[in-house]
Amino acid sequence: MNNGALVRLIDVHKVYRTGEMEVPAVRGVSLEIKRGEFVALMGASGSGKSTLMNILGCLDRPSSGSYFLDEANVSELDRDQLAEIRNRKIGFVFQNFNLLPRTSARENAELPLIYSAQRLSHAQLRERADRVLASVGLAGREDHHPSQLSGGQQQRVAVARALINEPEILLADEPTGNLDSRTSVEIMAIFQQLNEHGITIVMVTHEQDIAAYAQRNVMMRDGMILDDHAVSQRVNAASQLQK
Amino acid sequence: MRIAPTFNVALRALRRNKMRSVLTALGIIIGVGAVIAMVEIGNGAKAQVEAQIASLGENVILIFSGSTTSSGIRTGWGGAGTLKIEDAEAIRREVPGVIGVSEEVVSTTQVAAGNQNWFTRIFGESADYFDIRQWPLADGAPFTPQDVRSANKVCVIGRTTATQIYGNENPIGQILRIKNVPFMITGVLTPKGLSPQGVDQDDIVVMPYTSAMKRVIGGTTLRNINVQIGDPGQIAAAQQQIISLLRQRHNIRPGRDDDFTVRTQQEIAEAATATSRVMTVLLGAIAGVSLLVGGIGIMNIMLVSVTERTREIGVRMAVGARGTDILTQFLIEAVTLSSVGGLIGIICGIGASTVLSIYAHWPTLISIASIAIAFLFSAAVGVFFGFYPARKAAALDPIEALRYE
Repeated sequence: MNNGALVRLIDVHKVYRTGEMEVPAVRGVSLEIKRGEFVALMGASGSGKSTLMNILGCLDRPSSGSYFLDEANVSELDRDQLAEIRNRKIGFVFQNFNLLPRTSARENAELPLIYSAQRLSHAQLRERADRVLASVGLAGREDHHPSQLSGGQQQRVAVARALINEPEILLADEPTGNLDSRTSVEIMAIFQQLNEHGITIVMVTHEQDIAAYAQRNVMMRDGMILDDHAVSQRVNAASQLQK
Repeated sequence: MRIAPTFNVALRALRRNKMRSVLTALGIIIGVGAVIAMVEIGNGAKAQVEAQIASLGENVILIFSGSTTSSGIRTGWGGAGTLKIEDAEAIRREVPGVIGVSEEVVSTTQVAAGNQNWFTRIFGESADYFDIRQWPLADGAPFTPQDVRSANKVCVIGRTTATQIYGNENPIGQILRIKNVPFMITGVLTPKGLSPQGVDQDDIVVMPYTSAMKRVIGGTTLRNINVQIGDPGQIAAAQQQIISLLRQRHNIRPGRDDDFTVRTQQEIAEAATATSRVMTVLLGAIAGVSLLVGGIGIMNIMLVSVTERTREIGVRMAVGARGTDILTQFLIEAVTLSSVGGLIGIICGIGASTVLSIYAHWPTLISIASIAIAFLFSAAVGVFFGFYPARKAAALDPIEALRYE
């Protein structure tokens, strides 16, 4: 069974019930993502990519099929166990940032550590938050509240929050959806840099040019994988910014 | 559990909505404040009643003349005049443990001295009276058993009577005319204040009961007899003996009602404190209702807060908060609101009752137990009314919560 895949989905189905109606959102997806990959999950709205993302993020469980994350079958875990997996192994970046309002960048970044099993002192929390904020280029803005930051900066805080617990995988749901094109490239530069340092990234996007920053594109339609290919002409965000 | 950071999160959330937190806590502040103030006032009233009952004297048994029915009209206590001087003497002689007996007759009349006069109460008593009532003289000397035997025209007066007639003059040795009979004042009683019924106990003239019956009131029967027992353990036995002695002396056949009433001080005290206890419970209950309303206010605000912060709850869950973490966070918020409110309420309650006791002269009594109970109760209100909103928050689906607009 073990072939080194970080994520392995085997014939995953997800069916939503609305009253008497059964609405299938994901219909038999099998997918493997290796450690260190940067995958863009693409598809029109209603293609099931968001549902698949929720399953990958352990926010939701498949109706049938299996999901192995880091060799562990997480499709059978209960709510609290899933919460622990999310805390330890997964970092989330959302389209609308989802930072806590009226809370400093540092405290936003610290958030996953509060729910971590490891006990850190206040000083340790602070030190780690500042370090991870600096790594996304926000040194000096630790005490700023989200309302005092630009969209790009807010998304960097969200990336810092996702990274602080050193997750196995970074899941980004339309991370550039609320950003202008220049800022989008900046975020992609951070993603590519993180990926070069070995972090596995799965990113949902419907924009072809954003997907071009990934190594591999997975296309979905009607709850199934339509196409799965490596990106032939990968764009380097950092060199793009140089221009 | 990671209580400390969760606690910080809760405190920060409360600080973020300062005005709302203060207003919500205000419900509890008023509730707890009312409970504390009411209980302190009630306790004060109870203590005052107890002190006044104690001022009746110690180990005292009171025997009242019974009521009688003549032509269908029933007279009140003492009206029938069934108690005779000989009854008192028999009690003094035959009931073991008796250390003092005072025959009592009571009337009200006009008294005068010089160009002053005053309407006051006349008490005819024996010389034991001052010991029985534990009522020492402030000045002068009491009348003596000899004065009682000879029905001498002497009396002692209370502070109010003294002030009304003599002002700042020393009344001792002066002549007080009572129904035109001149009485010499031998002493002034120490002030005793108001009785449990609100009567000014210092508005009084006390004289030998023999003098009162012979020269002022007339009549041959006593209104009541005050008996003091030396050993508190003997009171019940003495009470029974007095009853059987008087029944025998009054020729009351078995099965017929007494023509007198025997009350111990204990019984009077119980009746009086029962009244003030009822008052304390009622006041406390009303105050408790306002605490309940405060609790509902907390629940309301916590529900609003959970709805407002649905996205925040979703984010927290996404980064690894378990249901219990969310539950704890909201519970701590609710309990912090209610217990901080409770603490402030306790201070306000003590303040209010202190102000009342200073400016309205209401007696208040601060009880540590009631403060502790009020605090624990306010914290319990937080847990009780915070639990439902907190559970609602903990049960949210993270995906739904993240999408919430």
